[in-house]
Amino acid sequence: MKVLKLIFKNTLRHKLRTSLTILGIAIAVIAFGLLRTVVTAWSVGVEASSANRLITRQAVSFIFPLPYAYKEKIESVPGIEEVTFSNWFQGVYIDKNQFFARLAVDANTIFDVYPEFVLSPQEISTFKKEKNSCVIGIDIAKKYNLKIGDVMNIDGDIYPGRWDFVVRGIYKPKYKTTDATQMFFHWDYVDDRMREEAPVRAGDVGWYVMKISDASKSAEISEKIDALFKNSPAETKTETERAFQQGFLASTSAIITSMNVLSFVIIGIIMLVLANTMIMSARERTREYAVFKTLGFSAKHLVGLIMGESLFIAFLGGGIGLFLTFPLVSAFSEVIPKGFFPVFQIEPITIVLAVSAAVIIGIVSAIFPIQRALSTRIVDGFRFVG
Amino acid sequence: MAEIINVSNVTKSYWRDSMEIPVLHNISLNIKEGEFIALMGPSGSGKTTLLNLLSGIDRPTKGSITVGGIDIAALGESALAKWRSANIGFVFQFYNLIPVLTAFENVELPLLLTNLSKSERKKHVQTSLEIVGLGDRIYHYPKQLSGGQEQRVAIARAIVTDPAILVADEPTGDLDRNSADEILNLMERLNKEFNKTIVMVTHDPHAASKAHLIRNLDKGDLIPEMV
Repeated sequence: MKVLKLIFKNTLRHKLRTSLTILGIAIAVIAFGLLRTVVTAWSVGVEASSANRLITRQAVSFIFPLPYAYKEKIESVPGIEEVTFSNWFQGVYIDKNQFFARLAVDANTIFDVYPEFVLSPQEISTFKKEKNSCVIGIDIAKKYNLKIGDVMNIDGDIYPGRWDFVVRGIYKPKYKTTDATQMFFHWDYVDDRMREEAPVRAGDVGWYVMKISDASKSAEISEKIDALFKNSPAETKTETERAFQQGFLASTSAIITSMNVLSFVIIGIIMLVLANTMIMSARERTREYAVFKTLGFSAKHLVGLIMGESLFIAFLGGGIGLFLTFPLVSAFSEVIPKGFFPVFQIEPITIVLAVSAAVIIGIVSAIFPIQRALSTRIVDGFRFVG
Repeated sequence: MAEIINVSNVTKSYWRDSMEIPVLHNISLNIKEGEFIALMGPSGSGKTTLLNLLSGIDRPTKGSITVGGIDIAALGESALAKWRSANIGFVFQFYNLIPVLTAFENVELPLLLTNLSKSERKKHVQTSLEIVGLGDRIYHYPKQLSGGQEQRVAIARAIVTDPAILVADEPTGDLDRNSADEILNLMERLNKEFNKTIVMVTHDPHAASKAHLIRNLDKGDLIPEMV
C-alpha cells in the first residue's frame, strides 16, 4: 500500500463533500479563466500595437475629423516613412448584430503601414485598382462564407445609403493577436460619393497613421506633427499606437479592473471553501492522526497525507475546470456579438495562472489542518471527541 | 528474567490554564522481560497516563523511564517516534483502525516505515493476521468486521513489527464477554508463545486475572505489589 493510495482513499471518504468541493473549484477555475480571457481580449489591441506606428487624431476628440490636406504636411516631417489614414464607416451588414470594424482607408498605403494583414501581391494590386473593392479578414470570410468576387452590401448610417463592395482580397493575420475581423475599402470611393451627396463632409479623414523609422524618436516626431497644426481649427494629438489603444481602454478601465479583482476574489473564495473542507476532514481524523503518530509516523508523513489530499482535490477541480474552460470560452465567444472581441481565446498566461491558483489553493488550504495535526499531542488526539 | 522497563520516581502533571493538575506521584516500577502485567485502578487513578509514559507517547514531568536500556524521556520527538515504531505495539480500547483501509492495509501501516519490500511486507502481514485468526478476513474493511475481529486486527497491527513490548489500554473494554475472552486468550498466547512483554490497563478483574502481576493505582499513587 502506498501513501498515494491512502491519500486517494481519504479523498473519497466523504464522496459528496469531496465532489461538491471539486465542483466548486472547477466552477471557480472556469469563472477565473473566462474573466481572464475577457480581460486579455479587451486589451488585445494594445498587445497588437506596433512600436513604430504613430496615430494622429483631432485634439478635442477622436470623433471629430481631420482635413485630408494634413497628409502632405505630415509626410514632410523627418523620420516618417509612410502615412496612411482611415475613417470609421460603421454601417450595417445583414443586420445590426453583425458587428465588425468597417473602415474606409487609403488603399495605396494601408498594407504598407500594416504589414500584419497578409495578402498576396495580386490581391493588393487588384484592391488598389478597383475603387469599389474591399479586403476582409479571413474570420469574416469564414463566418459569412465569402470568397473573392462576392459582393458585400452595407447599409450606411454614418455615411447614409446603400454601399456595395466587391471582395478582392482576404487577409490572414500575421500574428496571433492580429485582428482578422476587419473590412477595408477605398476612402476615395466614399469621399467621391460624399462630394456628390454631402459636400460638407468631403475631404474628412478620421485619423492618420504614420510608420516611423525609429521608434525611439516617437515623442519627438509626435511633437513636430502637432506643432504643424497648432492654433489651426483642427489641432491634432499624436501618440504611439499603443498609447492610442490604451486611451480606448482607459474609458473601460474600471470594468477591466473590476473583472481582474473579481477573478482573484473567486480564487480567494474557493480557497476558503477547500480550507473549510480540509479543516473538517482533519478535525474528524484527529484520532487517526494520533494513531499514525503513535505507530511512528513522523510530521513529514502527516504533512504529506494532508497536503497530498488537499493538492489532489485542488488539482482535480482545477483540471476539470481548465478542461471545461476551453469549450465554455468557445461557446461564450459564439454568444457575444461578433467582432466585439476580435481575438477571444485562452492565453497561455491564463492557463499558467489557473494552474498556479490550483497549486496555491491546495497548499494554503492544507496549512491550518497540518498545523493542527502536528500541534495536537498524541494523548490529546486520543481524547478528542469530534 | 531481565528487566525491560524501569520507571523511576516519575511524576506527571497536566496544566489547565495556570493550574497544575497532578496525575502521577513519584511512581517507581520495574517490569521484567516476558512479563504480563495488569494496571488496575478507578477512573482518574493515572493508569492510562502511566501506560502512555512507558510507551513513549507522553513525557514525564519528573523522573526517568528506561525501556530496554534507553532513557526514552531523553529522546527527541523524531527519535521517539522511530523508537516506538520499532519497540512498542499498541492495542487500544476502541481499536483505532483506519476505516478506509482493509484489515491487510491497517496491519501493513507500521511496516511502511521499514525498509521491507512489498513481498516481505505481505508475508509479515499475513503471518500476523493468521496468528490472530483472521487470515480469511484480510480484504475486509473495519466496518465489515465485528468488534472482536477489529480488536484482533489491531493486535495483528501491534505485533506485525515484532516489538518486544505490547501495551494495551482497556483492550476488552468495548467487547462482549466471548469476544473479550478471545482477545485475552490471544494476548496470553502472545505472552507465552512469543515472549511478548505485555502491559495492560484494565478495569476488569477477569481480564486482569490473565496477567502474571497486577499493580493498582489510586489517585496517582502506585499501591504496593500483590500477585
